Amino acid sequence: MSENKTYIQSYCTIRNNEIVLNGDTILKTESNLFSDFSKLSYQTLELSYPKFFKMDNLSKLAFLGAELLLKTENNTTKENNIALVFANKSSSLDTDVKYQESISDKENYFPSPAVFVYTLPNICLGEISIKHQLKSENCFFIFEAFNSAFMTQYAQLLLQTKKADKVLCGWVECFDNEYEAFLYLVGNEGTIEHEKSIIDKLYNK
Amino acid sequence: MTKEVYITETNCITPLGFDVATNVNNISSGVSGIQLHDNGMMDKPFYAAIINEVKLNDAFAKISSSQNYTRLEKMMILALQPIVEKAKLDLNERTGFILSTTKGNVTALANSTQENFEKAHLHHLAKRVATFFGFKAEPIVVSNACVSGVLAVSIAKRLIQSDLYDNVFVVAGDEVSEFVLSGFNSFQAMSDLPCKPYSNNRTGVSLGEATATVLVTSDNKNAKVKIVGDGSINDANHISGPSRTGEGLFRSIESAMKEANVKATQIDYISAHGTATPFNDEMEAIAFNRLELQNVSMNSLKGFYGHTLGASGLLETVIGIESVLQNKLYKSLGFDELGVSQNIAIITENEEKEIHYFLKTASGFGGCNTAVLFEKAN
Repeated sequence: MSENKTYIQSYCTIRNNEIVLNGDTILKTESNLFSDFSKLSYQTLELSYPKFFKMDNLSKLAFLGAELLLKTENNTTKENNIALVFANKSSSLDTDVKYQESISDKENYFPSPAVFVYTLPNICLGEISIKHQLKSENCFFIFEAFNSAFMTQYAQLLLQTKKADKVLCGWVECFDNEYEAFLYLVGNEGTIEHEKSIIDKLYNK
Repeated sequence: MTKEVYITETNCITPLGFDVATNVNNISSGVSGIQLHDNGMMDKPFYAAIINEVKLNDAFAKISSSQNYTRLEKMMILALQPIVEKAKLDLNERTGFILSTTKGNVTALANSTQENFEKAHLHHLAKRVATFFGFKAEPIVVSNACVSGVLAVSIAKRLIQSDLYDNVFVVAGDEVSEFVLSGFNSFQAMSDLPCKPYSNNRTGVSLGEATATVLVTSDNKNAKVKIVGDGSINDANHISGPSRTGEGLFRSIESAMKEANVKATQIDYISAHGTATPFNDEMEAIAFNRLELQNVSMNSLKGFYGHTLGASGLLETVIGIESVLQNKLYKSLGFDELGVSQNIAIITENEEKEIHYFLKTASGFGGCNTAVLFEKAN
């Protein structure tokens, strides 16, 4: 298979009450609650998307990251073949635990479909796909820690086999108010080379 | 030249048997694993396909004396054990391991201790299974709702084509649990009777549990099928219901056919998703018609196994491969009168048929869809 060069076109991190886009801080707050932080992020990004408030924390986190990188990228009136390759450590456990609480006590039993649907980590990919009208390749992986080697290889092969024109990669970890997102967009043009060592550097910055 | 990728070994652990031959015999005789259960998982008796506890533990005791594994871990290890043994591969960094599941050990959350919370982590589950066999490569976990199992086959094939591995063991598994039963019930998606995919009077899913495994490899020795194309494309429409036009499924199949350079008329058999919910089955009929696949013999194996979530796509691939090898198609159990708006060729009686190309599809929550196209190996 020919080794066409691929590039990181943009990247962002969301962690420690701060959003950093392409190296620049665009939001920093004092509050330690994800609920406050996510609401403020929504306002900062000037979003008008009420569905956001129905999402669980994992979907909110992934959605905000995608919004940062796809806002300028995307024209929803035309086809955008941007694949989604996401991963985390805790899967949907943040919501799994909440759902489990709703069924553990037979005296206080209230399973809700609106919660149950978020007991799947890939729901966040659905949310992003709907918002940006991405009818594209998507997969959610679980690793113990951010696996830059795998992410690089998988994004590369999607581009090389022409299964996608671009790939949005994301590490979106979220459990019990602890959260961390690192997303980057990979394509065939750009200036930052798409390779493991550079991705590690951007992630650890 | 793109590398060719094959499936050489298969196995499954289900209520219909603990090896492929027993499963196929039961399917051939029209035996379903779905039975009425009254075990406290729901507040009323319910239909589901559940593996017998005693049989599971007896089988596991033959390969390990450890009591330390969860039920799902035992099911996964039992599925993998014979194919790992038979393949006699060097389990080095060139042999990958993909574990696919929708909910893994979620039952561990019912009793909230720190140890159980660890068990509920999917990488923890993967590590337990990998350590049992001594896989060196870091496990890759795929958790993409109900397409997980068949998507894992597609990913294995892609990783081998990109020369990251020579061989990949793929396992998929999910359990029937109070967690999942209550969730599907809250969606009012459960059938009061054994599920009836594509039928006029279908009312929803029966849940099931199983594990399935395949060995995906670039070595064509003992090849059963070649993996010739695949696609996994989102509907971008709704998180808990399929697209009315079947857009993501349509595009996933289209992507697989284009890659394989195979036309609709060349496909001999479709093992579809067919959960027996009103919306899913209707969506599939629309997608298949848009691709002019409406005359291709098709079944859903959910009438035999129930919906085994992330395991279903791989389990149904394993059984589909037997159809290819034996040139035999099995009836879509539970089907009576067509209950979708467009015509599809549901298999109503077992039949002999020469099968060259076999298409496996699946769809799931989050708007995900996967299609993988297989060709009989020479």
